[in-house]
This record gives sequence, C-alpha cells and structure tokens, in this order.
Amino acid sequence: MTKTVTDVICPFCGTLCDDVECVVSDDGKQLLEVYNACVIGTEKFLHSQAKDRVTRPRLRQDDGSWKEISYDEAVEYSAQMLAKAKKPMLFGWSSTNCEAQSVGNEIAEISKACCDNTAATCHGTTLIAVQDIGLPSCTLGEVKNRADRIIFWGCNPAHAHPRHMSRYSIFPRGFFTGKGQMSRKMIVVDPRPTDTAKMADVHLQVEQGRDYELLDALRVAFKGEWLPDVVAGVPAEKIREAADMMKSGRFGIIFFGMGVTQSLSKNHNIDAAIAVTKDLNEYTKFSIMPMRGHYNVTGSGEVFAWQFGFPFSVDLTRGFARYNPGDTSTIDLLIRGELDAMFTIGSDPGAHFPISAVKPIANMPSVCVDPHLTPTSGVSKLHVPVAFNGVEVGGNCYRMDNVPIDCRKVVEPPEGMLTDEQFLIKVRDRLKQLKGVA
Amino acid sequence: MSEYIIKNGHVFDPVQGIKGDKKDIAIKDGKIADKVSSAAKVIDAAGKTVMAGAVEIHAHIAGPKVNLGRIYRPEDKLFSCTPTKGMERMGGGASIPTTFKTGYEYAKMGYTTAMEAAMPPLFSRHVHEEIRDTPIIDEAAFPVFGNNWFVLEYLKNQEIENTAAYCAWLLKATKGYAIKVVNPGGTEAWGWGLNCLTVNDPVPYFDITPAEIIRGLIEANEYLGLPHSMHIHPNNLGNPGCYETTLDTLKLAEGYKAKNKFGREQVLHLTHTQFHSYGGTNWGDFESKAKEVTDYVNANKNITIDTGNVTLDETTTMTADGPFEHHLTGLNHLKWANVDVELETAAGVVPYIYSPNISVCAIQWAIGLEIPLLMKDPMRCYITTDHPNAGPFTRYPRVIKWLMSAKARETQINAFKHKDKVLSQTAIGTMDREISLYELAQMTRAGPAKSLGLSGMCGGLAPGMDADVAVYNFNPEKPVANPDDIEKAFSRCAAVFKSGVQVVSNGDIVSNGNKRTLWVNVKVKDNPQVTRDIKEKFIKYYSMTQNNYEALGHHFIPNPYALEVDAT
Amino acid sequence: METVTITLKNAPALYLEADTISPDAFAGKTAAKIAELPVFEGNVPSTLGKYFEVSGDAGATAADTKIIVKGDVKKVKYIGFKMTAGELVIEKTADQYVGAWMKGGKILARGDVGAFAATAMKGGELVVEGNAGNYLGAAYRGDWRGMSGGKILVKGNAGSDIGMYMLGGEIVVNGNADVHVMTHAEGGKTIIKGNAASKLGGQMVDGTIIIFGSIEVMMPGFKPNGEVELEVDGTKAKFAHFIGDMGERHKKKKGVVVYGNLYKKI
Repeated sequence: MTKTVTDVICPFCGTLCDDVECVVSDDGKQLLEVYNACVIGTEKFLHSQAKDRVTRPRLRQDDGSWKEISYDEAVEYSAQMLAKAKKPMLFGWSSTNCEAQSVGNEIAEISKACCDNTAATCHGTTLIAVQDIGLPSCTLGEVKNRADRIIFWGCNPAHAHPRHMSRYSIFPRGFFTGKGQMSRKMIVVDPRPTDTAKMADVHLQVEQGRDYELLDALRVAFKGEWLPDVVAGVPAEKIREAADMMKSGRFGIIFFGMGVTQSLSKNHNIDAAIAVTKDLNEYTKFSIMPMRGHYNVTGSGEVFAWQFGFPFSVDLTRGFARYNPGDTSTIDLLIRGELDAMFTIGSDPGAHFPISAVKPIANMPSVCVDPHLTPTSGVSKLHVPVAFNGVEVGGNCYRMDNVPIDCRKVVEPPEGMLTDEQFLIKVRDRLKQLKGVA
Repeated sequence: MSEYIIKNGHVFDPVQGIKGDKKDIAIKDGKIADKVSSAAKVIDAAGKTVMAGAVEIHAHIAGPKVNLGRIYRPEDKLFSCTPTKGMERMGGGASIPTTFKTGYEYAKMGYTTAMEAAMPPLFSRHVHEEIRDTPIIDEAAFPVFGNNWFVLEYLKNQEIENTAAYCAWLLKATKGYAIKVVNPGGTEAWGWGLNCLTVNDPVPYFDITPAEIIRGLIEANEYLGLPHSMHIHPNNLGNPGCYETTLDTLKLAEGYKAKNKFGREQVLHLTHTQFHSYGGTNWGDFESKAKEVTDYVNANKNITIDTGNVTLDETTTMTADGPFEHHLTGLNHLKWANVDVELETAAGVVPYIYSPNISVCAIQWAIGLEIPLLMKDPMRCYITTDHPNAGPFTRYPRVIKWLMSAKARETQINAFKHKDKVLSQTAIGTMDREISLYELAQMTRAGPAKSLGLSGMCGGLAPGMDADVAVYNFNPEKPVANPDDIEKAFSRCAAVFKSGVQVVSNGDIVSNGNKRTLWVNVKVKDNPQVTRDIKEKFIKYYSMTQNNYEALGHHFIPNPYALEVDAT
Repeated sequence: METVTITLKNAPALYLEADTISPDAFAGKTAAKIAELPVFEGNVPSTLGKYFEVSGDAGATAADTKIIVKGDVKKVKYIGFKMTAGELVIEKTADQYVGAWMKGGKILARGDVGAFAATAMKGGELVVEGNAGNYLGAAYRGDWRGMSGGKILVKGNAGSDIGMYMLGGEIVVNGNADVHVMTHAEGGKTIIKGNAASKLGGQMVDGTIIIFGSIEVMMPGFKPNGEVELEVDGTKAKFAHFIGDMGERHKKKKGVVVYGNLYKKI
C-alpha cells in the first residue's frame, strides 16, 4: 500500500507552490510519485531518492582524497574552525528552514562571524533599493484576484518560475478577474525574445544595461514631459504606449528578476522600478515584487532582520551587528581576502560566485553542509551531507511575497542522517563549550 | 520554584486599592502569595515603588510590517547595535528594535505583558515566530478583521452568528487574541487605491459601510464573549478634522453592553486616540479636539481608550491603514513600503520625524498629553505610543515624566520653536493636573489588564495573581527635585519578576524568564455554512491551501496559554 | 599644533579596523596612550601600538592635533572616522571609509582611498591625490540624509555612486567618474573635470552636476535647456544646460518649480 501526502510545499523556488502531492511507500521511506509540481520541482523531490547519495560527512585529506568521518567528528571540525577564525563567514541559508537559520544566527553570534545569504548574488541589490526608496507590494493572491496589468522585467518565469503564471499572475481566475488571462495585459521588458516575452502584449526589447534609463523614461512619460526619440533602444512612442497601458489598468504589478538586479546599475534599476510603481499609485493601484530564487532566501532575510536588524550581509565580528554591502558582503569579502574560514549551508556559491571569489574558499578552512555533491562541496575541506529540507524534514519558509508557509516532511531521511538544524545545534553546543559561554 | 519576599516597598495596586502603603509582596510558585517560608529570598524595596508588571495594550512589535521596517531601515540601527551581554543576545534598532532587544527593553522598564496590535492572518506564522524570539514578556496578537472579505460579506446581510463563527475559526487558525479593526472598509478600498474617510463611505464592490462593519463586529465580539472588546483604529486617522469621524465611530457603540466572564466592561476600545482627536481644516489651522473626544468617552462607560503619545523622536510609522501611509509618504517624501494582503488587509510603513521645530508635531505632542489629563477615570485610559507610530515604546519613562510633572511639560513647551501655536491650538498650557503613582498603576497595569480581560491574571498584586512585579528606584515620600529623575527611575527597574522568576536585577537582564504566547480558544456551535464558505474561498481566491493556512505547530508557539471561551 | 606620526610596522593578516586613527581619539594623549587605543583585526581586539609605531604626543584638542600615517595601510579601514577637527595626512593608499561621517578638519590622502570615503560627510575637507573608490561622499545605506557639507577633491578618478542622496557641499573629481553621480540628490554640487560614464543625476530632486569631458549616455529625464556661460573653478567656458530629473518629484521655491541642473562643457 502507498500513502499520498497532500498540501506539500515545493522546496525549489520562491513561488513556493503548496499544492504538491507526493506518493510514498507504506513504510514512509521511499518517495514514489510527485504530482502538481513543475519539472524542476519534481526533480528536486526525486533527487532525494538517488541511490548513490552521500550519507555521511567526508573530510578532504592531504592527498586530495575524501575520508568518511562521523557526524561527531564533523561537528568538532566545524566548531574548532569557527572558534579559531578571526573572520569566519557563515554563508547560504536560502535552501534551509527558518529553524536552522535561527540556530545558525546563534552560532554566528557566539563566533563573532559574518553571516550572509544568497541575496548576495540575486536580490541583495533589491534589498538595497528597498532601503533607499521603499517597496509598494502585495501578496500573490492580490495579483490573482485583482491584477489586470502584469509586467515581467528582466525575468523569465516560463523557465525559472514555471508555475508562477498559472498559479498567480497570468492565467488564474480570481475574485475580480473572472476572465483570467483575457482580463490582463502583459508587458515584458527583456533584451532577449524569451518564451515569456513571446506571450506578451507588449515586448520592450531594452538595450542591455540600460534598464535604468528606460525606467526613468517611463516616469517622464507618465508626466507627459519631453523625451528623446529613442531611449535604451526603445522608441519614445512605444515607451509612451507602455506608460499609458500601465496607467490605464485598475491594478498592476511589476515582477522583476536577475536580469535587472545583476546588470549594470543593479540596485538603482530596482530603485527606479520602485519609483515607477510609486508614481503609478498617483493614477491607479500598482505593486512590485522580486521573483526570489531559492525557496527560502526570503525567510533567511526575515530571520536575519528580526534577530540582527539587517536582511543580509551582516558583520558581527566586532561583537555587534553591522551592515554595508560592498564591505560586509560575501563576494567582496572573499575577493578582498578578508575572510579566514568559510561555512556554507543551503546554497552553492561554488557554482554561482565569480571564480575569483571561489578560489579563496579552497585555500581556507571550509565546511559545506549540503545534501548534494556540488561545486562548493568540491572545494570545501569538509562536506556534511544532511536530510533534504522540505522533503525529509519540514520547517518554516517564506514565499517571494514574504508569506510564511510551514514545509512538510514527506519521507524519512536515510538511516542516521542529521537535518541541518540537528547538525547546527551540535555545532552550536560544542562551540559554546570551546568559547566557555553558557 | 524560588520563593521571594519584596519587603518594605511602597506598593501601588489599584486591584486591591493600595495607594503607596508600605507592604511586603510575597511570591511563591509563580504567583503572588499570602505568605512565604523563611527560606524566601528577600528583596529590599525600602524607599522604592512597587507595582505589578505593566501591561502594553497596543504596540507593533512582531510580524511582517515590523520586520519590513527593520529590513528597510538600516539607518535606524547605525552606530546603535549592542553586543551580547550576559543573558542578553545582540540587539539593535531605535524605533524598530530587534526581537531580543524588544523583550529586554520592555522587561527593564517593568513591562511583563504586551499585545501585538495588528496581525495579518495570512502572516500569523511570521508573527508567532517573532513573538517566540522576543524574550521574557507574555505576548498576544490581534488578528485584523475590519477589511476581511468573509466579514464584509456576512455583515452586508447582518449575519452576526456567521461572523462570530468565522471570527472564532480565525482566532484558532492564527492563535489570535482579539478582534482588531483598522480603518474598516478603507483598507479594502485601498485594494483599488481608494479609501473610506467617514463611517458612511460605501466600501467599493462590497456594498457595506464602515459603520455596519463596526456595529457588526461589536455584536459578534459580544456574541462570543471574548476577553477583550472590539479594538478599533477608526477611519480618517491623522487628518485635520478627523475627530468628527472618531465621535461618529464611538457613537456606534451606544446601547451595547459587555457580555463576558472576564470582568471586561467595555464593548469598544479606541486605540491611539491622539491620532483621532484633530480639529481644523488643514495643517495651518490644525488644532486639538482632545476635549470633545474625552468628554464623550468620560460620559460613556462602555468605551476604553489608549493615548498614542508623540515622543518627539525620529521613528517609523506602520499601520494596516494602507491608504494613510500612502498619504503620509506624499507629505514627507520618505520611503514608502506597502503590503496588500489577499482577502484580509493591507499595511504600510513610512519613516517619520516628529520634530519639536514643526508646529504640527508639537501640537500632536500636546494632544497626546491632554487626553490622559482630561480623562476622569484612569481605569479607562492607557498609556501607549502606538509603538513605533507616535514614538518608540522605550520612551514610556519620558511620557510618564510629562504626565507626572507639570514642570516637565512647561519645560518642553518652552523648548518648542512654535510655542505660541501650541498654546493657541491646544489647552496643554492650562493644565496643571499631575498623574499620581496610583493613577499611573491604573493606566499601565490594572486598567489595560481589565480591558483585555486579564484582570484575574495580571495587572495587580492580589494573592493568586501571576507574580509579575516591578520595583522602581523611586521614593514616593521624597519630593521630586528634578522631573528627569522620574524618567530615570522608570527607565530601569531595580527588580522585575515575571511569573515568579526574577528577570531584571539593577537594570540588567538576569533571566530570559518563561515567556508565554496568549491566545483565545473559542468553542462555537458547528456552522456548516461558514465551514463551506471557508473551504470555497481557499479553493477559489487564496494563494495558499486551507490545510497549510491552518498549520501552526508547536515550533511556532512553544509555550502557549489559551484563554478558553465557550460560545456554544 | 602637535604632530603624531604613526608608522605601520606589523601588517595585519586580514584587514585592520582602526577607527581610532583620528585627531579626536588622539587628542590629549601621549604617544604611549595613543598606542593603547583599540583596533580590531576581524573579531580579535588589539591595540594601535601592536600594528603601528607611534611617535609624538597629541595636542590638547583635536584641532591642535595633526596625524601623519606612514607605511602601507592599504588594508586599514576607517582612518579619520567621525573626525571633527585637526589634520590627518595619509602617505600611502588607504582602504575603505577614509573620513567617513567626518564633520570637520582636513584629510590629505596622498595615495588612493577605498570605497565609502567621506560617507555622509557633514563638514571639513578631504583631498585625495590618487583615485577614490565607489560611494565617495554617498549616504549610508537606507539614509536619505547624505553628504550635507564640506569639500572633497579627488585628483585622480572616482568610482560609481558619487554623492548619492547628497544634500550639500561640493565634490570635485579631476579625472573620470564611473556610473551614477548624485543619484537622489537634493542639493550640493559635483564637478567632473574628466569624462563621465552614464546615469548622471538619476532621480535627482535638486543640486548641480558639471561635466567638463564627455558623457557616454545621458539620462532621458534631463531636458535640454539652452546654453550658458559659466565660470567653474577658475575656468570660464560655455556649457550646455539640462534640467531634470523630469521623472522625479520637485520642490517649488516662491511658486517656481526647482529642478536639478546638469551642465556639460561644449
């Protein structure tokens, strides 16, 4: 007999679909089928079932080979590393639950470390912009129920957030949007003719790196002021047409992704997009929302914020919290040579950081806590495999619109494997002994 | 559990009518006791003031908009973050402190219970995670109901029983404490960028008025017999002339009587009254209508209020009154955050500087003090700053100084750039009343506890009550040499006990206590229609499944305390 | 004025946070006492004397104190932090936060300075003979109150985000500037003698930008407003005048809308 677990939350992206159904074996040890999830999400669930999965910690030896060690030995290595380091970094946190993040923050506090999440490489710039100008936003259900103007700027949900358009933004029929996609106008801003752009009523093919100028031009167009003939490769007429389309809606929203957060102008692009949104609220109702990547990167920012006051790139080395991306942000710290130990969890900087920031990791004491084999586990001195979050352990996480949803456990992890939280608690307790704190 | 005896302090306890008599307070098993054994630890309180732990009735201290404030205001923490110290975790934040700092700061000032005043139901897990990480103080959260689609639809047809059944379900699903209403109807209108500025403005699409929502929720509240009353932030907050909307709102409570087993007498609690007591037609002729509002409240015993005192600080405003925050950012051009929440509510956040050099801010300061000074019954008027809206809660000692000392008020009035305007637009200059320590205990302990339906538990020092006790370095027998001494004394307690555990000693945190999350568990008759409606709305309109919405496990609320209500 | 010379003798393995290298912290102290001032290498507290040779006693006040920083301090942060008076000379390249939050006094940096120099400056003078990093004279994260007074002169080039949220004071860059100049500014003046990249004056409410060289791409929100003759820093020339950012809000003074100004030498 098999069992079906319903209302399962998909631990892949920030869309955080919570209607997934999983069929598991009677003993609860095997995951057999996944329903409702997209292809990426399904893969994430089924990956936990891989037969060749690493189930015990491994320590890199002098000759470059791996030696299997016990969790206790892995705890000892991690705690010693953090106790000795002058400026350790605890990085990642975006693919783990809030309970683990909270223990991680205690570890950072005890070891006077830096701590940061994957916003460093995706929406950290968004957070900087929000700090400069604010954020008029809403929950995804508001979009489903009210929105008749949808703008995707520098993002491609057709591939990166596959169920976003059907669950929330384009196709669903909501309370005031009974005609689904027929009642919505869609604008896509992207230098490339992506699959999302192909669906749009208007595609503004912006010149690479000139989003800031195009956003400024929209603001000028709202006010009916003078514009140059062409801005960012887009004719003024087309900009005015898009501006009118935005103003004429009853409820609109801009969704944006890494196409604008990580291209030239970075935080300023988002700053200007938020200014556009703010302007539009003089004419109609408008919101803006980042398309967050990792399923719980948002949660990491929330936990950092309520415990330390800042959403990412927090520096506790002086014994109190400080924040200033450019100084306290992981990539800058690595490239500048400011760190002397690296603890990575719930992310893969080895795959996403520039090579100049990855190389230093290989040259310092380093731990990678991750159920998978990744480029990061490859360069780290110690790899600690753990249970899959959202599959083998539950815990709270936050959707891209900051809505918290409690993840469900679907199957048992392999015999004897620890969860992130369990491993971190052991590290914390050992660190307390080493540091002599109660 | 340890026994304690707090000896020879000057005790102020409105619950027992004790007005500064020298008295010993005994603590045993977490409760106030008649007597303790000789093994009890002695706390010498000679020459000190002893009161019950204070009760915060309205503050924004946990949840999504509070954290949005933290996230988007790094400058609120610049150069002010504090290190780990003994029991204390790191802290930070002036107007929006981190959760740890929030718990410590309340405790150090002698507060042991606090209400988070606005919980968006969809975000209840977030609110509870922050409450869990706020040490020492007992907390509860009020879910917002005034713009909820279920409520609007039921009350359109005056279906009180269905409204009540829905409220009971939501209180349980979110582990909430009371029925909170913010800008009824206006926040739903904000879904379209609109607002409801009077109690008679129709809510777009829903064919109902704020007045009908308010009356309906009072009736549902009394139908259920909840510990607290309907708790309202009325329409038209913060605008010149808004006092008329306030009076219209209060009049809707006429004829209703409290029905509950918790000793509560009011049917409506008006919050941050200062923001709702403005006359004038613009910022130029802006004036106080504190007298008009308090006259009405003084004459109508079924209402309680809190003040919302402006503290003249740089702060962060945050409210479920979405349209108001949009209006405010248009006035001061500072960064604006907004969150509209599907089917339920909205919220906005904008930084604000209450400058003593701006006449409107100075007048707001005066109105906030006029209100408690005009209230005849301190058991019905409670001190708040609507933290952080009118100022951070850490300024309570300063507000207490202004209330207890006419001289302190005079000093401040003289320091205003537009002193003449303050004197001409308010009556603060004519008021010589000074709040006594007994009245202070009413306004910060016994009163709010009674209004919240907690009078059997906290806010007093009668044997059997929770042993929440604050000892202040303030000798009521000595004349006050300098009003600043009042502020100093109320800033850091000599000792604080929370449920019998000493949590503060000489102003320092010595224990993280045994913090609880309070909530109200209401049993109602089976209501198949409401059950069906809830199911349907989740399938059609929510972006989350009902099963996930209702999930609020032990890891969110490790130490719950449910107040049981039987409304079957 | 008394002069204190500090010379780096032990370079930090990581980076050194030395926010105590300022006339305010040195004032009234002997060389021995100055050597005891706290500094941090990562999370390890230490003393200035462990890293620097200190010679000379400070004056009684900050205004009476001059500090000369010698040696390779490219891994030393926060030199001149929150300085209010006196003088500070940095002989070689220094790292981030030189003169950050400074209110008065003079800093002369003979080499380069890293990012965040003169963050939220209120007064005083910062002269950089080399290049400046990003965020020169910019506001701290989230703060709408950026540089409000004082003067910055960079003889080399400057990075991105010069004068973000600037309210007052003056920044002169003799070389070139990277993207984003005076974003969100509500006052103050920035002069670039060399070339500017792009995104100048975005979201600017008020203030003045003067460019002597080329501008790679103009902001669309800056509208041509004729030509003017100006004398800038001793140079008389003809400039094309633009007003903006037309997409942004603007204040009115005596009933007239006030825009930000951008002048480009013709």
